[in-house]
Formats: sequence, C-alpha cells, structure tokens
Amino acid sequence: MANGVVQAARLSVPRRRRSGRRLARHKSTIAFLMALPLIALIAALVIYPALYSLHLATLNKSMERFVGLGNFAFLFKRELFWMVIKQTVIFALSAVIFKALIGFVVAHFVHNIPAKGQRKWRGMLLVPWVIPPAMSTLAWFWLFDPSYSAFNWVLTRVGLDAVPWLGEPLWARFSVILVNVWYGAPFFLIMYLAALKSVPEQLYEAAAIDGANWWQKIWYITLPMMRNIIAITVLFSLIVTFANFDIVRILTNGGPIDQTHVFATWAFQLGIEGGDLPLGACVSLFMFPILGVAAYFILRDINRRGTEA
Amino acid sequence: MSRRQFTRRRFLATTAAASAVAIGAPYVRTSRAAGRLSVGFWDHWVPGANDTLTAICQEWAKKENVELKIDYITSQGNKIMMTATAESQAQSGHDVLQFLAWYPLSLAKSLEPLDDVMGGLLKQNGKVSPAIEYLGRSEGHWLGVPAVTGTQVKPPCARIDLLKSQCGIDVQAMYPAGRPPTRDAEHWTWDNFVVAAEKAFKAGNPFGLGLGQTTDSVDWVGSLFASYGAQLVDAKGNITVKSDAVRRVLEYSQRLVKALPPDVFAWDDASNNRYLISGQGSLIFNPPSAWAVAKRDNLKVAEQLWTFEMPKGPQGRYAPFLPFLWGVWKFSKNKPAAKSLLAHLLQRQNVERIVNASGGYDIPSFESMRDFKVWEQVEPPKGTVYHYPPRTQVTWMAGAPAPASIAQQMYVQAINTKMIARCTQGGDSIDKTIGWAASELEGYMRS
Repeated sequence: MANGVVQAARLSVPRRRRSGRRLARHKSTIAFLMALPLIALIAALVIYPALYSLHLATLNKSMERFVGLGNFAFLFKRELFWMVIKQTVIFALSAVIFKALIGFVVAHFVHNIPAKGQRKWRGMLLVPWVIPPAMSTLAWFWLFDPSYSAFNWVLTRVGLDAVPWLGEPLWARFSVILVNVWYGAPFFLIMYLAALKSVPEQLYEAAAIDGANWWQKIWYITLPMMRNIIAITVLFSLIVTFANFDIVRILTNGGPIDQTHVFATWAFQLGIEGGDLPLGACVSLFMFPILGVAAYFILRDINRRGTEA
Repeated sequence: MSRRQFTRRRFLATTAAASAVAIGAPYVRTSRAAGRLSVGFWDHWVPGANDTLTAICQEWAKKENVELKIDYITSQGNKIMMTATAESQAQSGHDVLQFLAWYPLSLAKSLEPLDDVMGGLLKQNGKVSPAIEYLGRSEGHWLGVPAVTGTQVKPPCARIDLLKSQCGIDVQAMYPAGRPPTRDAEHWTWDNFVVAAEKAFKAGNPFGLGLGQTTDSVDWVGSLFASYGAQLVDAKGNITVKSDAVRRVLEYSQRLVKALPPDVFAWDDASNNRYLISGQGSLIFNPPSAWAVAKRDNLKVAEQLWTFEMPKGPQGRYAPFLPFLWGVWKFSKNKPAAKSLLAHLLQRQNVERIVNASGGYDIPSFESMRDFKVWEQVEPPKGTVYHYPPRTQVTWMAGAPAPASIAQQMYVQAINTKMIARCTQGGDSIDKTIGWAASELEGYMRS
C-alpha cells in the first residue's frame, strides 16, 4: 500500500509538470491572441509605413527609379540640411532640459502642498498638456502676433521696446522652444510627482537625523531614487520633441529664413508641399538613427542600474 | 403668322447652349451607363459658395442620371494638398479632385489627360490665362482644367483716403469704377510705388506687404520679379539668378523694406488682412477677402477700400495669380461622367453663378469671362472690386517660367522672399544672396 502511494506520487509529478507546461503554453497563446489586435495595429500603422518610407527614400524624385542612397548623399551636400540638424538638436535638447528642470522644481512644490489642496493644483498644472497642441499653439501665435502681440502691448505699456517674437531668427527660436516647454513641462511634473511619492519618507527622516540639509537630501536621496523615472521621461520627451511638428509649423512655418525648421517641418515642406516625397521621407528618416543612439545610451544606463540593484 | 426676331442676344444664348451641348455630348452618352461619381472640391470660405457649386453639380447629375457625391475639402492645414498626395499614392479616392496650382504637374502620372474637354472649352470660351497654360499642361496634354472656386489674384487693395492724403495718389482717378484704367494709371509703377510706400510709412500708415514664406508673400514678390524681367530659372531649367535684373529687384527691395513694418518677415496670409482691417495699414496685396471681412468687422475701413492693378515694372504689369485646377484621376472608374461634369461647370452661365456666389472673389481663368456684373455691383464703395479681375495685366504664377518640378520647389521654399529677407533683415550683401540662391536652385534640379 505504502509502495502504491509512493508510486502514485511519483507518477503524479511528471503529469502535473506536463499539465503545468501545457497551461503555460496555453496561457502564452491566449496572451498572444489578446495582443494580436495591437500587434496588427502596430504592423499596419507603424511598421508598414516605416518600411514604406525606407523604400520611398531610395527612389528618385519622380519615384520611377531606384537611386539607393543617392537621396541621402544629396542631403549631405545641402547647407540647409545641416542647419536643420543643428536647429532640431538645439530645439529638442534645450526644450527637454527646461521641461525637466521646471517639472522637477514644480513637482517638489506640488509635493509639499498639503494633500487636501494638492489635487486642485495638479489638475490646473496639467491643463497645458491636455489641450490639443494645435489649439494652444494658435493661442500662442496670437500672443506673439507680429503686429498685434499681446506681450508687446504689455511691454510697450511699461515703456519697453516691442519684441519681434517670430520675426527675428533668435527670438523665433526662443518662442518655439518656450511654447514647447510650456506644453511639455506638465508631463515631467506628473511623472516626477509620482516618483516623489514613491520615495520612502523614512529615508528623509534618517537623513534629517544625520543632519543632512535640503540640498543633500535632494542629491543623495531624491535624485538617486528618481533616476530611472528621470531617464525614461527624458527619453520619451526627447523622442516626441525631436519629432515635433505642430508648434513650429503653426508659429513660424520654419521661418524666418529657415532658421526654425526642424526635421518634421522641413520633411513636410519638401515631401508634401514640394512634391518630392522621396526626399521628404529621407529627411524624416534621419531622426531614426539620432534617436536610436540616444535611446540606446539611456536604456543601457537604466538596465545597468537595474542589474546593479 | 408672327415671326420672332432673331436678336443679337438670342443669337448669343443659342450659340452658348449649342456649344454646351456639343462639348458635353460625347461624355454624356456614356455617363448614363456608369452611375456614380465622387468629387472632392475645395471648401470655399465664402458662406453659401459651396451651396451654389453643389446646386450646379446636382442639376447636371439629375439630368445625366449620375449618382453624385461631393466632398468639400478644406485647405486649412494643407488638407487638400495631403488628400491629393494620398490619393495619388493609394491610387484610390475621388474621381475628380480640385488641385492647388502645382499639383496637376507634380502628380501628372496619375492624371487623365483632359485635352478633349479643354479643347472644346477653349474653342467656346477663348483664351485661358497664361498661368493656367503653364500649370495645366504637360508635354502637350492638359492635365487639369481651370477651377473657378478658389482661383484668385492678389492685386493692391488700398485705402482711398490715406493714399490721397498721405501719398497724393487718387486711386479712383487711375482706376474708375466700371471703366478701363485712365492715363493716370501709366504712372502707377514700382518706382512710384516705393515713393508712396515711404510717404505712407512716414505718415504712420505703412503699406503692409508680407515677406514671409506663405503664398501671399511669395505671390506678390513673384510679380515684382516678373515685372523687372528677373528670372531665377529660365523655361529650359537653366539657373539665371545671376543677372542684372535680379540685382535690380534686390536693390529695389532693400529700399522698399525700409518703408514696411519691421515684422513683415513673420507675416502669414492673415497678417496683411488684419493690418488693413485694423485701420493701421494703407495698402496690401490681396484678393477682396480683406475687404469682405472689413465690411463685416470695420465698415468705416471697408468704405475706403479700392482694389486695382499691380504697379508696372520695366517689363510690364504682372498680377500675382494663384489658381486651382480640377483634374480626373486615371484610376477613376467614371471618366466620361467626370469629363462631362467639368465641361458643364465651365459653361459661362455656370461660371458666372459660381463667381456671383463668391461675391466676386473667384476669378475665372478664361479671359472672356472677366466681364461679369458682380464686380461692378458689390459695394461699399460702389465699384470697389471692379478692377480686381485682371483685364490688362499678365496673370503670373511665382516661379514661372521655370520647369514646374523646379518652380514648385522655388515656390514652396519661398526662395524669392528669402532672398529679400537675406539681403535686408539678414544683412547679407546682394552678391552673397545671389550666390546662396544659386546654390539652393542647384538643389532643386533633382529629377
């Protein structure tokens, strides 16, 4: 009898394992099937267009002949192309840095507001991010309007000179970056606020007992605890800002004298307005390797920290 | 037995009706066989203008037994451009589409030749604007017919009172309502224009001429270049920017820019309208939309507005022209009906209905159709847009006469306004500006 029980137990182990494996297999099949609509959507709306634009970028202007990397070689020789790279990098980096800084500071302010009133402030501070950017940028355009700028009206009232917000290259760059920062900072704010709330209060208490000042608390506790969120947020924002279209398109359309063009606006002008789809595709593809390199370094750091932990 | 007299008027009416039947007939027969037609028209900004176009189309559809579907596509956010590009790429969409100026040529491979339609219309209506010949034909074939809706010129629209008091120019004496320009109009030259601009600037009501990168700016600068004979690229595709004529235009612009508001480089197509309607500006280059909005928002300004011809340069008087064209896709399954509809739309009486519905904003591309009563009738002041349709000026598309593939790049990249911006706001010398333009133009030569 005892022998029989042992034998039955021996037999039941592989059977359980087998059914467990089957279940696991079954589970992953269900998971795959459930994810299939999303995969199909991504394949149709992301992968196919990406491959198609790669194909387009290898054609001549009339899209009749394969030219290999000819379009890329052509772009390398254009002065404007290098100017657009420079401007896009300036635009994206400066906007992301300011968004991150403002988001970080404001997240601390909001974090320190008593819980009762915090929700109201969080809601109000998120407003720029929830308004469709095309609409809010139009409002900014009216504030910057070359002839009837509300800002200039105020400036002249207090005895200062009017500022050519969109008419002078430097001011125009400043304006498009400003609007991007205004629009994107709430995203950083909300991400950082969430991260701040997950930092254990005991760490600060322990640091306070050790005599740490506010700066030391930020440097040795807050920043290390938020590092991954900061990195992910910066990466995400960098990608979105790099590919920004609407703000520049509405505010300056790339002007004056092409000094505010970024990849997306220039690609649109060449491809859609100029009827040169291959060259437009080629310009927009240049974003991919640049962002790929940034993503690689940022994600590698996050991974490394995860392994260390 | 009473005999009806065959009057001149009756003769004209009979001839027009007979021509309409003759032009439409070859397509009409077969259009009965195929029942559906899908059309994409530009969404007109004038209230009611779309309704008139729909009514004309539906009358045709009813008569021809065609099931007609019309979509009105806005040009806001370049939607109409993107629709054209997308439909050409997908080889699917409407049967007939309205195209902005350059698109029939850049999408030529996807478009059905319309030589038969256009041939009949030319016989019936006479000459078409040279700019339409330039934009509608490729390798001897018509790829589009001139659309009525949205086609516009951008002549000066100026304040009668301010030009008289500040610049000593009586625009109504030069361009009287209901009558051809007088001899005084001979003095309306670019040389005198800049003098007037300087006076208006000193008086505090500058001319509002945009120098941004949108169509209003590119179009008037294109006409300025043309009236000095300054071509950036010739008809054969040779770069001709290094010329005395171009240099002269840039020198002229350096003087003119000093008399303009400092922010003109950032102006878009609405900025000049606002500038005039607010009462600050004394002259802009624009279709009568600025006047129409002033009539609604600032009647005192509207009552003082007068639209008239462009200044004349050493090579003539050129009106900035921005047309739309109607085309039929090769993939259309109902080409005969599509052609029939286009022929119907361009009958004189239908064109007149469309123009009337737009309050005279739309400009017919057939030169024989620029005598409609609407331009005499709209007010205030009476006759304000009588000289809006170009009757003695050359209608000019900026970028012409360069081959279309190059000219389109020149146009959308706004090379002409950027040249002016570089040698004025940018501080570059004229030589450096011309050198930069030559290098840019080389880049547009891709095939």
